[in-house]
Amino acid sequence: MTSQIIEHSAMPSYVLARNLRGFIASSLFTMFVFMVLTAYLLPFLYMSLTAIKTADQISTGDILPLSPVTFTYEGKELPLYKVPDTDGTMQERALLTGRRNDSVFIDPLHPETPINWEGRWRNLEPVKRIDVHLENFKAASDGINFPRLLTNTIMIAVSGMIGTLISCSLVAYGFSRFPIPGKSILFLILVSTIILPPIVTLIPTYIVFSKIGWTGTWLPLIVPHFFANAYNVFLLRQFFMTIPKDLDEAAMIDGANPFQIFLQIIIPQSLPALVVVSLGHIVFAWNDFFNPFIYLLGEEDKWPISIGIQQYNYIFGTQPNMVQAISLLGLTLPVILFFLAQRVFLQGVVITGVEK
Amino acid sequence: MISQDVSQVEYVEKKPIGRIKGYSLEQRLQLWGWAFISPWIIGFLLFILFPMLASFVISFTDFNLMHPDDVKFVGLKNYIALGSDPMLITATIATLKFALLALPVAIMLPIFLAGLLNASLLKGKRLFLTLFYMPYIVPVVSVVFIWQAYLNQEAGWFNRLLGLIGIQGPNWINSVDFIYPAMVMIGLWGLGNALLITFAAMRGVPTELFEAARVDGASALTIFFKIIIPMISPVIFYNLILSVIGVFRYFEIPYILGRGQGQPGNATYFYSIHLYKNAFTYQEMGYGSTLAWVLFVISLLVTVALFLTSRYWVYNSTGDNQI
Repeated sequence: MTSQIIEHSAMPSYVLARNLRGFIASSLFTMFVFMVLTAYLLPFLYMSLTAIKTADQISTGDILPLSPVTFTYEGKELPLYKVPDTDGTMQERALLTGRRNDSVFIDPLHPETPINWEGRWRNLEPVKRIDVHLENFKAASDGINFPRLLTNTIMIAVSGMIGTLISCSLVAYGFSRFPIPGKSILFLILVSTIILPPIVTLIPTYIVFSKIGWTGTWLPLIVPHFFANAYNVFLLRQFFMTIPKDLDEAAMIDGANPFQIFLQIIIPQSLPALVVVSLGHIVFAWNDFFNPFIYLLGEEDKWPISIGIQQYNYIFGTQPNMVQAISLLGLTLPVILFFLAQRVFLQGVVITGVEK
Repeated sequence: MISQDVSQVEYVEKKPIGRIKGYSLEQRLQLWGWAFISPWIIGFLLFILFPMLASFVISFTDFNLMHPDDVKFVGLKNYIALGSDPMLITATIATLKFALLALPVAIMLPIFLAGLLNASLLKGKRLFLTLFYMPYIVPVVSVVFIWQAYLNQEAGWFNRLLGLIGIQGPNWINSVDFIYPAMVMIGLWGLGNALLITFAAMRGVPTELFEAARVDGASALTIFFKIIIPMISPVIFYNLILSVIGVFRYFEIPYILGRGQGQPGNATYFYSIHLYKNAFTYQEMGYGSTLAWVLFVISLLVTVALFLTSRYWVYNSTGDNQI
């Protein structure tokens, strides 16, 4: 094949050989990375396949959700086996009477003539077909009361998202545009709060929340987000600093006050960064286990999805298919959101400019 | 800088407005600035500074939520009790064992994977990056249950795969030794962000640098270790700091795996779980606060130590440490 190409091309053969070598090297390397990726994501496949099996299908040890195929003969369900025929080919036949050393089979295409076969039928391979049990998801959803968990999670996530958007964009605007005395020290303090383990501040915060009656409600999961957090302030500040100041200045000359400039100039130009913050918060709130665990443990009606999955999976622990179906329900929304907006998720880093 | 520009313009055109309330423009802008950052100032005081000081005070008391109105100062009693708390030793050992195993993986694997993704031989970089990143989005609760089943001794695929190459896999989840590598494997799905920023950093290394090295006859591996790794060392440092902090706050995975009981044995009984148990299960907020402050001081010391060493190995583009 290569020689043909060489004949028809004006390229010298050594260039082509180099290209071909490059192509093969590149294909092999890509294949290798693909294998690494497959190993990395294999538990996903395991989860998905386990979630659509019955307990019987799991116990057989088959990779795929397979079930034995039967053939109805004179009102009886007969199991199908792969039986070697006289000409050496394998035929799918239904077992009518199985004895130790010889058995009677039925050819499903010609059920009128039973076939006698000599050999041990127990050594034959049963015929299996893919048999998917999507009803597991219905059972899992009913079992954990998925609609309620979903509503709770969305309420908590969206309220917190509104708080984060408002507070972080205001604070980031303050840090990016105004001559506050000691601004660089304040900003350093803000960034260094990232490395504070949250469990250090947990106890007094919990005591205060419990004194004012907020434990067992969503408030401890929502209200703190109205007071800005270091990650998002940092991200938004980096973004605001890239917006040219000419527009603010022009608006200021026209008599706009800084808050009007924020609403009418900064915000409309920052939509990509605000989307990053919003999606980031939704995923954070959806995945957050620690805070609802501390504040909502006894309150089953108020659980978000993370607590629901953990609590119900302990109950369903003996049913691997249910555990995996529940785990899959728990990750579907964030993963779909991620694939729909993967550009946004991967862009967050570009905005913060961590690489610089 | 902004304010200077604005004030010059303002000086010409809006002088009267700037003086109306008796404030200069600079002062008015300062006030606006304080107003804008006030949500964070209030949040910092309410949710960080006050709780930290309060937990310091509480650590010298016998505060218990069962009888919150009967609080006495007990001096250093809680701090002395640290010395005679056998579970604290168990928890510290478990945390250290995990840290020793997990930190090298958390630092090196993102570099290795980012190196693969950055190689010019690889086709479809963006798709690979997206798929390698994706598990980072999966809720940690689902991650634990998926991997727990995947690593199951009999039915799990991991041991069946090992079986294909003739290795009899251990009982990962129920062995006091193998639970640590199991937790490291579970942690692999949390590497997405470290991978993403490492990859972005590698893409940002100026290509002139390798071209020059290539002209000098450097091999791909030499370029990787002598040029790329030093150039991305700020990001490696950032990942190191975040991974170390991650160990200090490591709670969900051992808690869900060990059902909050430290199963198997006390292998998943981590420092943060010990703190949680004392403060919330036994409601001993005084002793819990002591544990929290000890954790805070240790994490502060470790972080400061890492920052101090960073000047010897982290590349600084301003050139301050090049001499």
